[in-house]
Amino acid sequence: MNAIDSKLLEEIADLHEIPQGAYNIRKNGEKAGRRSTDNIEIKTKSDRPGIDIIVKPGTKGESVHIPVIITDTGLNDLVYNTFDIGEGSDVLVVAGCGIHNPGKDKARHDGVHNFVIRKGARMRYVEKHYGEGEGTGERILNPKTIVEIEEGGYAELELVQIGGVDSTKRSTEATVHKNGHLIITERMMTAGKQFAESEMIVELVGENAATQIVSRSVAKERSQQMFYPRVAGREKCRGHVQCDAIIMDQAQVRAIPEIAAYHEDAQLIHEAAIGKIAGEQIIKLMTMGLSEQEAEDTILQGFLK
Amino acid sequence: MLEIRDVSFELEGDTGPVRILQDINLTLQDHRFYVITGPNGGGKSSLAKIIMGIYQPTSGKILMDGLDITALSITERARLGIGYAFQQPPRFKGITVGGLLRLVNDKNGCGYNFLYDVGLCPKDYVEREVNASLSGGELKRIEIASLLNRKLKIALFDEPEAGIDLWSFSRLTETFRKIHNQYNNTTVIISHQERILELADEIILIAEGKIEQQGDKQKVLPGILKGCDCSKDCLERGEMTDECNR
Ligand SMILES: Nc1ncnc2c1ncn2[C@@H]1O[C@H](COP(=O)(O)OP(=O)(O)OP(=O)(O)O)[C@@H](O)[C@H]1O
Ligand SMILES: [Mg+2]
Repeated sequence: MNAIDSKLLEEIADLHEIPQGAYNIRKNGEKAGRRSTDNIEIKTKSDRPGIDIIVKPGTKGESVHIPVIITDTGLNDLVYNTFDIGEGSDVLVVAGCGIHNPGKDKARHDGVHNFVIRKGARMRYVEKHYGEGEGTGERILNPKTIVEIEEGGYAELELVQIGGVDSTKRSTEATVHKNGHLIITERMMTAGKQFAESEMIVELVGENAATQIVSRSVAKERSQQMFYPRVAGREKCRGHVQCDAIIMDQAQVRAIPEIAAYHEDAQLIHEAAIGKIAGEQIIKLMTMGLSEQEAEDTILQGFLK
Repeated sequence: MLEIRDVSFELEGDTGPVRILQDINLTLQDHRFYVITGPNGGGKSSLAKIIMGIYQPTSGKILMDGLDITALSITERARLGIGYAFQQPPRFKGITVGGLLRLVNDKNGCGYNFLYDVGLCPKDYVEREVNASLSGGELKRIEIASLLNRKLKIALFDEPEAGIDLWSFSRLTETFRKIHNQYNNTTVIISHQERILELADEIILIAEGKIEQQGDKQKVLPGILKGCDCSKDCLERGEMTDECNR
């Protein structure tokens, strides 16, 4: 593993060495390392590119790391990953994609992640996207995430894209059954001429299903963002959607939250706000001795934390 | 020592310039405790913001220990040792109380102990975000703490007691006295409260953009406490519509 690989892995998965537990590292469209454990099995799909990750029922406190790194220019990588999170288990899944594009051609990774959270299982999923590289080639990431939460299951998705990705179209679809709970937190920062679109639909189909979607973003320079989070309540359920964006320079942000109720006891709320950094906040931090730039960075960092 | 020389301040209003402060001359000595008081809209906060560099005076000069700081930015003045606790502090999504206090860390070793001085238990607050979930009084206390943990030459507090409950109030006045004695800075508190006025060496009364009165507490306080007829309600005032007998 070279210095660029290590840097990418650190950015997307906080990895400094080979991770504990199960892992699968994919580099430039090929397998670069894998370990299954007694409770978590990783195997290559036979019909198309990608892997199956099978977590045995009752597995507690284990983790799977499945980072993807791309360091070639002109690569168009497409994978399908399927996660079966066994009944009653409690695991952490760390995914993420880092692109270092050294050349002038596009480097693109489209990942389709399919999760089934079995009865009473809990999963925390962290996905970080990051791009860099001296080349002029675009860095493109189009993730698709499909989640099914069975009765009493719980999933927390933390989706982070903090820099260097030129174009992203994210799609998230979830179905939550009886007593299931889904939390999605999204953090996004775009700059330059970057473009990011995130579309989500959460279907609350079982009694007492619940979801919270919190999206926070910062759009700088001439970048563009678009959010389209939707929750549909088809039973007695609770849903909360919150979109909060800081807009700067000549950026553009559109946020279109949608809630739809198909049941009398569906309780759904949405909130959306877009605004620039409050002048008072910058002034307050400057009175504490920070420069204007440091004040701005501090505010944005906090906001995206 | 801070000297304010012939400072006037105008803002652009709907119908032309509005005069906020007029010909202010004021010297704040080292190691002295000042309280600025006066009617709402008189210009107290504006003067504090001019000292901090948040507002630029239309004319006049500000000198700190003989150095002309009129053209210095807020940041530069902060680094010279001027601090200002806002009358209405802003809130920050995602920034914790601990994170905010860590941004300035002059008095090393004290950690978050200054939260005790404003009546907050650090373990309950350090991890809380300075966002809309804090009550008004909690936010004010944190604002005060953000000055207490710094080594300042001039500490300006803008109505620090506003929103602080009665039980905590005496503790707060004690804190101001203690910090002032311990760190020997120049303390300036803007306040309408008698008990804060009692802390002062000197009281400055600002009304209608001018310094109406300035002097030792003993001299100024009795007149202020007597009040004026304009502060009585209309029943008390009766037919008396004469000028205030300040
Ligand atoms: N940024 C501003 N824009 C417009 N008017 C302002 C601004 N800042 C101050 N003023 C006006 O200047 C006058 C003085 O305001 P200032 O806030 O200094 O009063 P104050 O003495 O602190 O009052 P209070 O006791 O109510 O806090 C007021 O009439 C106020 O409306
Ligand atoms: Mg004021």
